[in-house]
Amino acid sequence: MKVTGAHAVLKALEQEGVEVIFGIPGGASMPIYDPLVDASPIRHILCRHEQGAGHAAEGYAWATGRVGVCMATSGPGGTNLVTPIADAKMDSVPIVAITGQVPTPVVGNDAFQEADITGITMPITKHNFLVKDPALIAETVREAFHIASTGRPGPVLIDLPKDVLLAETTWSWPDRVKLPGYKPTTKGNQRQVVEAVKLILAAKQPVLYVGGGVIKANATEELAKLAAVGKLPVVTTLMARGAFPDSDELCLGMPGMHGNFTAVTSLQKADLLIALGTRFDDRVTGKLAAFAPNAKVIHVDIDPAEIGKNRAVEVPIVGDCKDVIAKLTAELETRQGEGGAPDRRAWLDQLADWQRRFPYRYEQADDGPIKPQYCVERLRSFADDETIVVSGVGQHQMYASQFWRFEHPRHWINSGGLGTMGFAVPAAMGAKVGQPGKRVVAIDGDGCFQMTAQELATSATEKIPFVTAILNNGYLGMVRQWQELFFDERYSGVYLDPDVPDYVKLAEAYGAVGLRAESPEDVDAVIEKAYSVEDRSVVIDFRVDPKEMVFPMVPAGASNDEIILGPESAEHTTDPSEAPIV
Amino acid sequence: MNGNGMLHTISVLVEDKPGVLTRIAGLFSARGFNIDSLAVGPTESEGLSRMTIVINVESKPLEQVTKQLNKLINVIKILEHEQGSAVERELMLVKVRASGDDRARVMEIAEVFRVNIVDVTSSTLTLEATGKPEKLEALLSLLQDFGVVELSRTGRIALGRGDRGIRERVLKAAND
Repeated sequence: MKVTGAHAVLKALEQEGVEVIFGIPGGASMPIYDPLVDASPIRHILCRHEQGAGHAAEGYAWATGRVGVCMATSGPGGTNLVTPIADAKMDSVPIVAITGQVPTPVVGNDAFQEADITGITMPITKHNFLVKDPALIAETVREAFHIASTGRPGPVLIDLPKDVLLAETTWSWPDRVKLPGYKPTTKGNQRQVVEAVKLILAAKQPVLYVGGGVIKANATEELAKLAAVGKLPVVTTLMARGAFPDSDELCLGMPGMHGNFTAVTSLQKADLLIALGTRFDDRVTGKLAAFAPNAKVIHVDIDPAEIGKNRAVEVPIVGDCKDVIAKLTAELETRQGEGGAPDRRAWLDQLADWQRRFPYRYEQADDGPIKPQYCVERLRSFADDETIVVSGVGQHQMYASQFWRFEHPRHWINSGGLGTMGFAVPAAMGAKVGQPGKRVVAIDGDGCFQMTAQELATSATEKIPFVTAILNNGYLGMVRQWQELFFDERYSGVYLDPDVPDYVKLAEAYGAVGLRAESPEDVDAVIEKAYSVEDRSVVIDFRVDPKEMVFPMVPAGASNDEIILGPESAEHTTDPSEAPIV
Repeated sequence: MNGNGMLHTISVLVEDKPGVLTRIAGLFSARGFNIDSLAVGPTESEGLSRMTIVINVESKPLEQVTKQLNKLINVIKILEHEQGSAVERELMLVKVRASGDDRARVMEIAEVFRVNIVDVTSSTLTLEATGKPEKLEALLSLLQDFGVVELSRTGRIALGRGDRGIRERVLKAAND
């Protein structure tokens, strides 16, 4: 069958089961848009900025576990995708980005809207392709989806020159991928599993240190079983919130720079870390040399390069978390059946005691300003467990992770590794497209919101309703917090003004419902109203206390032992100014 | 060349695809590793190229290098050559000032080192030297006294000793 290159692209995407593309057309990518006019099963969602299209594809991928697809034209279209691609690389999100390119005869000639997008994205993609022959389109698309979705997932970019899209070729779908240099190890080595279980049985103070890889591997049921069989306490990193239910008594919640005391300290005092799909990121470990100083480490990851990268490991296991965790559980059950389960009551009692004494704290006065934590708690209390929560980056992100109680995987979506402000609105839109039956709530900051708010227009015209709760403190709050703590309260370049723009009017201008809460007694009514709207998006302007800070906090570069609990617990405060700032 | 590590030679078998050299060079610079030399050329198999890379690192970062290289889709195989486990060679062309009495002395050195003289002018001699890196270093240090006009080296290439090819060897580093 004769087809154009552009037609081949769409047929190949159909073969991969793609149902939606987030994109913006332009000169070089126009040929792909022509066959979309005819009965294509693929829905194209016209975004307002390519960055929005990229984050929407990420949100879709986070919420569904499938590959998200975004599309842009050559030059600035492609460069606007750079941030979401880098974001997807850091957080191992499977997306395929398709870009138009200037015709091959003028590639390298500084043609109109030309940018070397494969060169630009080489360090931030898992892999990328420049296709110069229309006959190679089908196999390239197939390889791109295979690479994006297997092993450690990540972004793949396909650059398609306009003449290649317009040329005729014969359609054929390859029956398999030929990638001789790409064979991820998925099955864990049983000998290593046996060694790991020996360490688990010998440990008196073990902790399951769970990262986003467990969710990527769809291994949360296996994790629940391992924790239950071994009576092993669990910390879930920012990327893993929801991998293990917060309601489970073995769940200690989030560790790291703004983690709770128990989660942070459990790692510090552990004699064994069972690290699953996690990468010992600096936001979790704090000062690496002082992290979990007494712990042996079992490290399970599908990416061999993560094992031993930051922390020396006693038992490395390369493999998919689903396979390895199931093997660990089976081996542990067998060994405990023979020799009995170790008694770790003292450790579990210690953890429970810390949890009672050092919960997350804030105080909401009836007549005081609204506390951002209170907004998150109230947003949660009116929502069901199936609500998907999306955040940007900063204080609001930490409040959301701390105070939302997560029960299921893929219900918490945020920008972790890259820390991309502006992630929430477009990612929430993508999540809603992927999970149209679920409520989606973006908890955002006023700084973040303004970076990508234009996608509210997409939400209105494409009828993709979600709620955005802006915790509006009029500041770039996290930077303000660091200036208060580490720069002697010399505030510089952080004041935004809570009244500009008028978020209610802005919402209305975009065809959304705009609501505002100015005092604590407004909060519940506004949330109820927001959740009752189903046919359009809602933006809530929560006017929150600009002075509120995120605690606990481990200052950047400091040891996790130097955790600052907050103003109510001054006796635990060390002098943060001594810590190097990263 | 910096860092206080030591020189390691690795052979990397790659698919001969556009951009593969950029991917590898980019990975080294992005991760902050120093390439001492890099030589690339075709192999016994069509569609595959072989790179010999000499890196100056400690052994721990070296493991990161090989693991990260192995993640590149176009990289088929990586082999680190342990000290003495490989035949390592390099080609050097060097133009030396050699007029008057110096000419005979340079020719004498060339003879001792069994290197060819490939170009002659009234004031210079160009030498073509092949051999182990240590031999070339020794030759070069002698020639410095006369004045080196210009110098070009291919960078090291290497093949493991023994009867097996790179594809039959067990990968170091990434097998744990």
